[in-house]
Amino acid sequence: MAHASDHAAPAVLNEIKPAELPRAKLVENDRSFAWITEKVCSIIEGKTPTWWWVCFILACFVASFTVAGITYLVATGVGVWGHANPVNWAWDIVNFVFWIGIGHAGTLISAILCLLRQKWRTSINRAAEAMTIFAVVCAAIFPVFHVGRVWFAWYLFPIPNANYIWQNFRSPLEWDVFAVSTYGTVSVLFWYVGLIPDLAVLRDRFFRAGNKLRSAIYGFFAMGWRGSNRHWSNYEMAYLILAGVSTPLVLSVHTIVSFDFAVSLLPGWHTTIFPPYFVAGAIFSGFGMVLTLMLPLRAIYRLEDLITQYHIDCMCKITLATGTIVGYAYGMEFFIAWYGANPYEGFAFINRAFGNYAWAYWIMIGCNVITPQFFWFRKVRENTWLVWVLSIFVNVGMWFERFVIIVTSLARDFLPSSWGYYSPSIVEIFTFFGTFGVFSVLFLLFIRFLPIMPMAEIKAVTPQADAHAGHGHDKH
Amino acid sequence: MAAQPYGLIATFDTPADVMHAAEKVRDAGYKSWDCITPFPIHGLDKAMGVKRSIVPRFSLAGGLIGFTTGMSMIWFMNSYDYPLIVGGKPFFSPLFAFPVSYELTILFTAFATIGGMFFLNRLPMHYHPVLKYDQIHRGMDDQFFIVIDSRDPKFNPTATRALLEKAGGKAITELEA
Repeated sequence: MAHASDHAAPAVLNEIKPAELPRAKLVENDRSFAWITEKVCSIIEGKTPTWWWVCFILACFVASFTVAGITYLVATGVGVWGHANPVNWAWDIVNFVFWIGIGHAGTLISAILCLLRQKWRTSINRAAEAMTIFAVVCAAIFPVFHVGRVWFAWYLFPIPNANYIWQNFRSPLEWDVFAVSTYGTVSVLFWYVGLIPDLAVLRDRFFRAGNKLRSAIYGFFAMGWRGSNRHWSNYEMAYLILAGVSTPLVLSVHTIVSFDFAVSLLPGWHTTIFPPYFVAGAIFSGFGMVLTLMLPLRAIYRLEDLITQYHIDCMCKITLATGTIVGYAYGMEFFIAWYGANPYEGFAFINRAFGNYAWAYWIMIGCNVITPQFFWFRKVRENTWLVWVLSIFVNVGMWFERFVIIVTSLARDFLPSSWGYYSPSIVEIFTFFGTFGVFSVLFLLFIRFLPIMPMAEIKAVTPQADAHAGHGHDKH
Repeated sequence: MAAQPYGLIATFDTPADVMHAAEKVRDAGYKSWDCITPFPIHGLDKAMGVKRSIVPRFSLAGGLIGFTTGMSMIWFMNSYDYPLIVGGKPFFSPLFAFPVSYELTILFTAFATIGGMFFLNRLPMHYHPVLKYDQIHRGMDDQFFIVIDSRDPKFNPTATRALLEKAGGKAITELEA
């Protein structure tokens, strides 16, 4: 029988004697508060490394492809893309959904893991949130230019115009405008609020180093933060509420993106499984991208004490879980197509797997269903190179998922006489290729000028931050 | 007349030290004082006697305004100002207006929360006597401070200094106003 002192634990625990597993450390080697500040700030304060310039110039070159592609499009017309009846949504919407999906892992890490009290989020959340914002920027390029006459893109917003006509709010495309712009705005706000205490650190450090200009710039954005506990009290509450509203936000954004398809009547699109399936896919692709970005960053800046093997394990496991949900959704779509007994729906799915675009379908299955299964094995999760390569496969697979959904359904619509085969034009390829440059330029600027890890939050999860432990003396 | 100092600042090395000192300052009856910490310390609010934050009231107000704005905007645009005929559907229904209203609820809540936090903290405030303390950068890095304002009715240069010393505070310094 259990003792009175531990009556809360089930009695069975005394009999089976579960092994005492040590709680994983979030910061290795008992690093002090000062070490954390020094480590994170030194990345910004040090001389610009050569590799940074090489990458930056390369990224600018790649980004120029988007500029060239868009300039040509605006100068000529939207017909320079490979779209033609019946495929009027193609790479542009594929790329839009791809980039928006990547952003979702950032919000998941910063918001959902915050609500679930997953403390391992602290060392990766800042970079993941930055990734979200830059991914939304890349995503927004595509629908804005797909409207054709981009100078009328403001018609998407409810601004009074000379025609006295308002937007049609029954359209999921209009819902999308609000979902994506809200998502972008709230992500920036959340990111900025998290940055304030760290900007104050940089303000004081640059001031002491005699760099008054940079101190003033960081100080301006730090809002005069002074670490007051009365401020922290409101700050923490505000942060919690932002996490609380970002959670339904991130779930709603990809739900509404999936409504773009699910509210239509096209076989292969008109399914109720789309919202949860899209959200799982978005988180899956986002974690793929977080791994792709964080593993090189960890190696370059020697951040192994802050992004530990435990962090990589957690990210791999989430990738595995969401990848498996996505695999389940692929299977369930086929099941419903058969069980629903709708010949058009059945044809759409058989056509996906064995039709003209079967190559894309099997790339998707290979990358999204098979790749994550490797993460079951500890040996794989502990091999950083292998994890990085697998994360690239995840990114590729999720791009193909959107391609398969969008293009196969459109290319084979109800009338066989209008069937077609879509191939992208060189302008589309340029524009998409360039967005990786746009993303990289923004991300490189971020790691050069802003703290890539939230110092205050990392300090708060170290053992010496616990005021109740009583032995938390600061070691130097 | 010599300028009255802003207050006294004392340094502590660990979260536990500053927490125990905060309990003593609270129990001595001070009201106008603060702790400076590089990160939020769990339990320090209670040790200081700081009440639960009222930021959620701003958030609730923002959320309600956002939802109402969404619903009334869509009603006004698609049903009142320019009734839009789409597939013979009703001009207004809360169902099709919901997704946009939902997003606006979140957008307004986020702005109200951050605005409320800044308002309650009286930020931005780029000039503050505490920021002039020459060791203040340590308070953003790895040390902990307690600041007692000289405008506090219980403030007395000698007695307050003695209290901070007794509570374990080091390098007790007068802050110029």
